[in-house]
Amino acid sequence: MVVAVEADLGNLHRYAGHDQPDDDLLRTCVHCGMCLPTCPTYRLTGQEMSSPRGRLWLMKSVADGRLDLLDPIFDEQMYQCLNCRACEAVCPSGVHYGPLVEAARSQLEQHRPRPFWQRATRKVAMGWLFGDGRRLRAAVAGLRLYQRSGLAALLRRSGALKLAGMEELEAMLPPVSRRSLVPGAEHWSSPEPVRAVRLFNGCVMGTVFADTNRAAARVMARNGASVDLPVGQQCCGALHVHAGMMDEARTLARANIDAFEATGDDAIVVTAAGCGAALKEYGYLLKDDAVYADRAARFSARVRDVTEHLAETDLVPPTVPVDRVVTYQEPCHLVHAQRIAVQPRKLLSAVPGLRLVEMRESSLCCGSAGIYNLIRKEMAEDLGDRKVRHVMETPATEVVTANPGCAMQLRASLRRNGSRVKVRHIVEILDEAYGGKQNIDSDGSARAGAERVG
Amino acid sequence: MDHAGLVQRLERILGPGGVFHRPGDLLVYEYDGSVDGAVDTARPAAVALPTTTEQVAAVVKLANEAGLPVVARGAGTGLSGGAVAQQGGIIISLTRMDRILEIDREDRTALVEPGVINLELSETALPEGFFFAPDPSSQKACTVGGNVAENSGGPHCLKYGVTTNHVLGLEVVLPDGRVVWTGGRAPGGSGYDLTAAMVGSEGMLGIVTKALVRLTPQPESVVVLLAAFGDMDAASHAVSGIIAAGIVPAALEMMDALTIEAVEPAYHAGYPMDAGAVLLIELDGPTGDVRETADEVSTLCRQAGATEVRTASEKAERDLLWKGRKMALAAMGRLAPNYYLHDTVVPRSKLPATLRRVGEVSKEYDLPIANVFHAGDGNLHPLMLFDRRRKGSVERVLEASHDLLHYCVEVGGALSGEHGIGTEKRDYMTLVFTADDLAAMAGVKNSFDPRGCFNPEKLFPKGYMCGEVRALRAQAMAQKLGIYAL
Ligand SMILES: Cc1cc2nc3c(=O)[nH]c(=O)nc-3n(C[C@H](O)[C@H](O)[C@H](O)COP(=O)(O)OP(=O)(O)OC[C@H]3O[C@@H](n4cnc5c(N)ncnc54)[C@H](O)[C@@H]3O)c2cc1C
Ligand code: SF4
Ligand code: SF4
Repeated sequence: MVVAVEADLGNLHRYAGHDQPDDDLLRTCVHCGMCLPTCPTYRLTGQEMSSPRGRLWLMKSVADGRLDLLDPIFDEQMYQCLNCRACEAVCPSGVHYGPLVEAARSQLEQHRPRPFWQRATRKVAMGWLFGDGRRLRAAVAGLRLYQRSGLAALLRRSGALKLAGMEELEAMLPPVSRRSLVPGAEHWSSPEPVRAVRLFNGCVMGTVFADTNRAAARVMARNGASVDLPVGQQCCGALHVHAGMMDEARTLARANIDAFEATGDDAIVVTAAGCGAALKEYGYLLKDDAVYADRAARFSARVRDVTEHLAETDLVPPTVPVDRVVTYQEPCHLVHAQRIAVQPRKLLSAVPGLRLVEMRESSLCCGSAGIYNLIRKEMAEDLGDRKVRHVMETPATEVVTANPGCAMQLRASLRRNGSRVKVRHIVEILDEAYGGKQNIDSDGSARAGAERVG
Repeated sequence: MDHAGLVQRLERILGPGGVFHRPGDLLVYEYDGSVDGAVDTARPAAVALPTTTEQVAAVVKLANEAGLPVVARGAGTGLSGGAVAQQGGIIISLTRMDRILEIDREDRTALVEPGVINLELSETALPEGFFFAPDPSSQKACTVGGNVAENSGGPHCLKYGVTTNHVLGLEVVLPDGRVVWTGGRAPGGSGYDLTAAMVGSEGMLGIVTKALVRLTPQPESVVVLLAAFGDMDAASHAVSGIIAAGIVPAALEMMDALTIEAVEPAYHAGYPMDAGAVLLIELDGPTGDVRETADEVSTLCRQAGATEVRTASEKAERDLLWKGRKMALAAMGRLAPNYYLHDTVVPRSKLPATLRRVGEVSKEYDLPIANVFHAGDGNLHPLMLFDRRRKGSVERVLEASHDLLHYCVEVGGALSGEHGIGTEKRDYMTLVFTADDLAAMAGVKNSFDPRGCFNPEKLFPKGYMCGEVRALRAQAMAQKLGIYAL
């Protein structure tokens, strides 16, 4: 009789060093399988190793010394996972999947030999570029110039992008906002503010999507807030955490905690679901940091997604009709990681004229997942196509979402499938329903009676 | 045939993407949903993921040639170890055969592949006004193939019956690789009812590759009542009262205080935290009737001592009440790192006494036991909570289980209501079946699978197949040769 080939378990690599998957968390999984159908990678492949349960079992196997940390399957599965947290939201036993897969990735980063060029690009892209707001703004300024100068059109036509393998990246990019949003430089306020909101800028939101952040600020100002962006804030570090680069993430987290600490208990509002989820987990990220642990927990408790924040306030009814049909794509890091599902829908239902038609599988990952769509092109495209099919089954002319990564992935997927459907951030729709820039002074204050514009 | 040769042959049938054989890949096919300790894990030699019936048949034939066992696998949510390849061999995972081929409104049937997820079948049939009645608590994840193999049930089976009542016909790959159809659209049918033989056969007689299932029309109106009681005794009396009044609820479920403690903080279903037991009673049918019966049930509950009775008729409200029940099992993870779920059935009249016995066992073995179960048909699900890292805890659980099972059998109950026997409970089979009973079953097994290659080490007590069935097989061979003396 043939038997399976047994792996050589003699000289096995095991977890070592910092950020190991927490054994107690790991053992909460009772392998019941209830999470399987919600996992996008399992849905596409039907294979157990690509399921949350399978991945947890692999992590457990490494911990138990039954699987080598450096076995290719471990690397493959830890990185095939979108870290979309859908499994976490449905798990009846309350398994905290996110921190586990992030720790597993950190272990891989610490112990896996990587070719020199890979290490170098990661260091430059993640450490240097995202490590400092100024550098990123400068890079995006270059991008802006590229898009507006006609160079983009020229390169696209010439086929040079395809040659350089940059076509997908290029297709994902929306028109870049005209001006980046610089912390400290702009603020907004209702005439008689009843609360202060501290906006978290975010690296991509504050540059590529700066106008979306401005729209969010206007909407909050019309609902009784004064809004500003504390200086010194940085990228949230979510991309770093997802890539297992914990040290870099912690450095950014500490900088953000410092930047927001002076503003007491004011809400820290975020427009990107991915950042929000990461900020809400600073408490966990820095739990072993003697100096920052408590401060991180306090910081996390202040964080609100913009939809969450608005839904908590007594919303001033918007009055400008938006006579269109939209459908809502739930960002994973909003619906699964933060369990925010009703608030965005409640806000959309407050917009006069707007009709929300739900698509099938609205909470299934669109394939974006941070930079996943760049490193796992095929799987990401399959998910993107599946999403587009569901969008196109509805009569919607716009997909509303609440996260930059999703917006870019949706845009690219729609374009690839020849669809004309537009992608919007939820605050843009709300801003439109409040009259956009009308009755907002150039210094950012909403004029009295601004709520009755239009 | 060595391992490399086997893999090569499998890849020829399924393509390279349809075969797993690296040790790391096989690790994740060594378990199912059953409890660590109650069922041993075991690794297959290879996993095949076919997309067509022909591929399934070809893999089975190859396994025959190589002399390897074959184990069918659906979503792997089974609780008795059914999908674990105890003797290695080839696992045929049917998750990629997941198409709903046809929904027939007139005949009220659906033709599906085995990997279709139970709940998704119901959701697809919903716009046509139908649902698939068997609703195990795992319905979000488990497959129709697995439901057929385990004859699964759920809360609504009280009124609508378990899986076997909803399967009309099956396409099956037999252990020798032939493909046959059993049953069909027309009711009745002549000859042996092979469909019924297949349902509940735990993957030991054939591999289901298509299922023709019955769809049930959506009732006009549905109401769920939540009744809270001071203790389980009072709740049990209410159950008896309802049944005695001739009412057939669509579902009648009981949860005890410990269950409420696990579920309510997790799902905010609205169960009163101070209740000793709650009943969930679902009624369905024409609107007028439902309203009338709801009043009647409400009165009966109050007579039995209910401290509170609430009625939910809106779908969202009903769903919330149900969510607590459906997620109860798995929410136990919040009370203890491990649980062991039982699935015994006792005659309804023995329910209060059995529940008391459960309480005693809990005390004797110092094991918290939560009760969440189908009260309407006496299907108990005592859930033992433990922490396997504490020394001796697994042994204690197994001993307590032994006691409990013995008691249930003594009062005239059965080993399993719906989770199957698998490897988990196979050694208890002799408690309920005589040697002749078992031999009759072995005879059926033998006529389908004389080589014993489909899902070995399941259902029959350990060592049983080696003895009795081997004897039967020898007899069969002898008869083939014209020797009748054996
Ligand atoms: C949280 C939880 C709650 C549950 N609640 C219930 C409940 O309320 N009621 C209930 O009845 N069960 C329940 N179960 C048990 C389990 O979900 C059911 O037995 C289910 O039907 C198994 O389906 P599966 O697809 O996961 O099958 P698997 O676990 O993969 O397999 C189960 C058995 O079926 C065989 N099999 C699978 N597919 C085929 C096929 N195509 N042809 C032939 N044999 C096949 C396998 O060989 C195995 O013996 C629960 C399980 C969990 C984890
Ligand atoms: S992660 Fe949760 S839902 Fe998934 S198998 Fe583990 S316990 Fe079950
Ligand atoms: S995070 Fe998403 S992709 Fe990863 S295992 Fe969970 S559900 Fe699957």
